[in-house]
Amino acid sequence: MADHAGVAGGDEVDLSRRKFLTRATIATGAVGTVFAAIPFVESWAPSERARAAGVPTELDLSKLEAGQMTTTVWRRSPIYVVRRTPDMVARIAGHDADLKDPNSDQSDQPAYAKNPLRSRNPEFLVLIGTCTHLGCLPKQRFAAGELYPSWPGGFFCPCHGSRFDLAGRVFDGSPASLNLRVPPYSYPKEHLLLVGADEKGAV
Amino acid sequence: MAVKTASGAAAPMPASGGAAKSGLWGWLNKRLPVEEFLAKEATEYYAPKNFNFWYYFGSLAAVVLVLQLVTGIFLTMFYKPGETTAFDSVQFIMREVDWGWLIRYLHSSGASFFFIVVYLHMFRAFLYGSYKAPRELLWLLGMLVYLALMAEAFMGYVLPWGNMSFWGAQVIVNLFGTIPGIGPDLVLWIRGDYGIADATLNRFFSLHVAAVPLALLLLVMLHLVALHQVGSNNPDGIEIKEKLGADGKPLDGIPFHPYYTVKDFVGIGVFLVLLAIVVFFVPTFGGVFLEAPNWEPANPMSTPEHIAPVWYFTPFYAILRAVPDQRMGALLMLIAVMAFLFVPWLDRSRVKSMRYRGWMSRTALAIFAVSFVALGYLGMQPAEGLYVLLARIFAALYFAFFFLMPLYSWLDPVKPVPERVVYHAH
Repeated sequence: MADHAGVAGGDEVDLSRRKFLTRATIATGAVGTVFAAIPFVESWAPSERARAAGVPTELDLSKLEAGQMTTTVWRRSPIYVVRRTPDMVARIAGHDADLKDPNSDQSDQPAYAKNPLRSRNPEFLVLIGTCTHLGCLPKQRFAAGELYPSWPGGFFCPCHGSRFDLAGRVFDGSPASLNLRVPPYSYPKEHLLLVGADEKGAV
Repeated sequence: MAVKTASGAAAPMPASGGAAKSGLWGWLNKRLPVEEFLAKEATEYYAPKNFNFWYYFGSLAAVVLVLQLVTGIFLTMFYKPGETTAFDSVQFIMREVDWGWLIRYLHSSGASFFFIVVYLHMFRAFLYGSYKAPRELLWLLGMLVYLALMAEAFMGYVLPWGNMSFWGAQVIVNLFGTIPGIGPDLVLWIRGDYGIADATLNRFFSLHVAAVPLALLLLVMLHLVALHQVGSNNPDGIEIKEKLGADGKPLDGIPFHPYYTVKDFVGIGVFLVLLAIVVFFVPTFGGVFLEAPNWEPANPMSTPEHIAPVWYFTPFYAILRAVPDQRMGALLMLIAVMAFLFVPWLDRSRVKSMRYRGWMSRTALAIFAVSFVALGYLGMQPAEGLYVLLARIFAALYFAFFFLMPLYSWLDPVKPVPERVVYHAH
């Protein structure tokens, strides 16, 4: 400390001042680090190109036979479209007690699909075809009794065994907890399905 | 301390190993403490003299790490990340690059061998209480290596962009969607698209070849520094540093080099023979190391009939599927992995090694080992009927091992631990 003897202010070190400066530097650096991290974190968001590719998609329903399912793609997810026969519609009722969420209270769907048939038009079922468990594609098992005698027809996920009825509602005992999701959709013309856009506009 | 010079007179010990040397070696050591480092970490690093078979796996893990780095660097020279190029470039490596098949099979088999070695290394810690004080941090750093390795292996499996790569990524990334509130946004952020896509593949590639390997190397280095700070445990669980000879060296210790370098080379030789057998004769190991659906390109419109991760994740996957609720299943799977982190504090036994523990700890460890292997098998089977029931039973036993550990390790009737390590000269 002798070296400092000649320095103005003597060899007294103001520790409180030093502590304050240290803390202020750390705080400024921390705030700066957070701000600097933002661009890197946000670079992981879907790019402009990915978002542009996620625009609504159209599907002509006139060629879909009753009792048949077709698949289209919207936002990289398969969209299941089923033209239900009156018999298939009838088989949706009567097993509410075996469902996890019969009224779709917890599940994800637009308000116009929050009904027992989970559709705008009873004839057409429109679903996002990825299992709400971990995203596999449930397979069609539409015939009554196809899986077991009391099976009313619906979807079966091969990955982890989740089962859904012909309105995409999940059965008890499935690892999935929620009904299959319904995308926003509308019918701009008869037999023309527009997935990804409804009266509220495109998602 | 003094050393004898050629003339027989006592000369002062140089401050650092190489300072007194002349020539190129002396020049180097004046500027870089090579000799000092080697003495401290190898020739004068004392390890217990009673290491056995279970002590091969640390050095073997280091060998596999080097194998993966070298083969990975070469694969990166030919692999082309991207939705439309990835699958074809792997086929290109397999069929058209000279020796490409060998480099790729070394890398894919190396991943499985990495986990075999690491699981045996971890089992050793359970056998001899190697995570107990003063080695808690050593254990934690090792667990971080294990977690980084899991991330590395998962992302590596996505890169060939086969159909199992795609659907494996779909299932694992969707696990993050079960986090309440932020889940769906988090999944979108991880994928960088509305589904597993080009963006996902490219960021996994970057993480797999740069970010995670760097983290792994750093963690492995810290693991080794922590090991050399506290010293190795041994099959008797006795601290050799507590019994020093007149020269200040542990009475039950021998220098790591040459004694254990020689021993480890024998292990490496055997290990390389086993690796070669797999690489040359059964590179897919019957669908366990490489799954058949991965020879089909990724297809977002077609899920394989039966999705299972590679064997080293199946114990945790079986726990995930055993629970009929997605959020609870994901949570239990997370707890199953993280439970290892708490073992140093869950274990309240007064002795380290199973050699001196009683029947309770021994039975618990045996049940745990059986449960882990059984869950690993069940995770590869379809989730139906008896398999699910068995998975639930073994999952309960798995968790009981950890959660009851404070109780049984404390009640366990332990035997007296000898003063010195048990060692029979060969």
